[in-house]
Amino acid sequence: MEVPILRQGQYLIASIQSALTDADLSHLREALIAQVGRSRCRGVIVDVTALDVMDSFAVRTLRDIAHMARLRGAETVIVGIQPDVAFAMVQLGLTLKGVATVLDLEEGLAFLNRRTEERTFETKPKKPSGRG
Amino acid sequence: MGDELRLPIAADVDVVEARQQGRALAAVAGFSSGEQTVIAAAISEIARNILMYAKKGEIILSLVQNGDRQGVSVVAIDQGPGITDIERAMQYGYSTSHGVGAGLPGAKRLMDDFDLQSTPGQGTTVTMTKWRRAI
Amino acid sequence: MVDNRKGMSVSTRASEAPALSESSAGLLRELVAHLRQNRTQLREEWARRITRAELLTAMTEEEIFAEATAVYDNYVEALETGTFEALQAYSRRLSERIIPRGVETDEVVGIVLLLRDVLARSLFNKYQDNVEKLNRILDSYEPAANRIANTVAVGFVEERERIIRQQQEAIRELSTPVLQVRERLLILPIIGVIDPQRARQLTEQLLRAIRANRAKVVVIDVTGVAAMDSGVANHLVQTVEASRLLGATVIVTGLSPEIAQTLVTIGVDLSEMATVGDLQGGIEEAERLLADRAAPTTQVREIAPESTR
Repeated sequence: MEVPILRQGQYLIASIQSALTDADLSHLREALIAQVGRSRCRGVIVDVTALDVMDSFAVRTLRDIAHMARLRGAETVIVGIQPDVAFAMVQLGLTLKGVATVLDLEEGLAFLNRRTEERTFETKPKKPSGRG
Repeated sequence: MGDELRLPIAADVDVVEARQQGRALAAVAGFSSGEQTVIAAAISEIARNILMYAKKGEIILSLVQNGDRQGVSVVAIDQGPGITDIERAMQYGYSTSHGVGAGLPGAKRLMDDFDLQSTPGQGTTVTMTKWRRAI
Repeated sequence: MVDNRKGMSVSTRASEAPALSESSAGLLRELVAHLRQNRTQLREEWARRITRAELLTAMTEEEIFAEATAVYDNYVEALETGTFEALQAYSRRLSERIIPRGVETDEVVGIVLLLRDVLARSLFNKYQDNVEKLNRILDSYEPAANRIANTVAVGFVEERERIIRQQQEAIRELSTPVLQVRERLLILPIIGVIDPQRARQLTEQLLRAIRANRAKVVVIDVTGVAAMDSGVANHLVQTVEASRLLGATVIVTGLSPEIAQTLVTIGVDLSEMATVGDLQGGIEEAERLLADRAAPTTQVREIAPESTR
């Protein structure tokens, strides 16, 4: 099951449509990281609304995506974790520490806008001609 | 027991299939959607454990009854290398194969009953049950 | 069945036991025959006294008579056979029928004791010329009658407890203590005893409410919680973590000094948890968080689309 990755402005949006195998998840990770570098995007949104279970492999893959994207200059936010899924995750001890999570796509976009805004403010005085 | 479901585990699609079947069975047994998710996650962990350590094996799902309590039983069987240090394997955060180490101890946290039998060189059997609260 | 009858006679007075146990089966048979013969009259008398004592007021006279007949027959059968299963099953079904109508425990105990009185009085009348035999009859009647009274009353109380448990469960499921005070802010006041089951339900409710109300901040107030063990404390931590996964920040308020001390002693990791002394302070902190988040978001939302092109 291929996960479609859409580009919206300076963000990449991966919306998972159905249950994923471990191989699908690994493939998503590789595809996203490749595209972050190619397109020099500033943010990545992974929409997991359609996932009805998240086990340790899925959570690890999402965490890896966030860390790798950060190394390549993009912020990641996970959106759409379902209430039941979130509860099962924390019972499993999987808390996605250090990875941003928000309610849905709209919130995800707002979060990235805020983040990139903050970063622009931080870098502006030093680098007036920074990549924008 | 007539109505047990035997699911071979030999590829990662089988892990997805096993947890979906587990969720469906939990729904039949009347578990809440939150508990169905918990059961599906636990099945996912032990099914992946089979793939990672034994390459192939089997998950057996069934409904069980104890007095007026109903539950879902999950048995995972493989003929893999077995576990030499069970205590260590059940330690949260311990993994020998790049996992997050949530597999077996994670599944144990999610279920009510959990039993692990393993003989090095012969294989591993995990038996776990989730009980529905009787009123 | 014969064994059961012997078992019953054991509870008669020990000094007279040897002589009695031989004849007690016979006496019980005589007793049962008497109760059968006078069935109509005795159960009418019983029903009359129930009405006179103003018991079972929630039921009509016909209903009382019908139930009295059934209890009477079960009673006599229990005396005769020494087995209580049928009576037990009947009293459970009876309880199921009458509890929803508001019949109270003292009424049920009352009617069973009345039956005991009615029957004892009729025995007294029958054997009043032979005091020695009356005593022996009462010796075999009393323990059995007590056990019957016990069976019916306990059956009722158990059924009542079961119904109460069921209702509590239903109230827990139905009541939504999650309050929305303003847009994006939820308050969850927790009051009373928290067991693992209730904790799980509260968390599931809260997480659903976060999603339904698109909440950004949640204040969990535990002022009304008297004590917290490590299980519940860890659950609280899990709730905070799960809420974060849905994009909501949790502020815990009202941790009593005793609970705070317990939590530190048992070593629950509270480092991830924002805590504020009281509910008012918690709401103020929540407002601050919401204001911080709202301001840049609305600005950027308008600017961003252009700057990306």
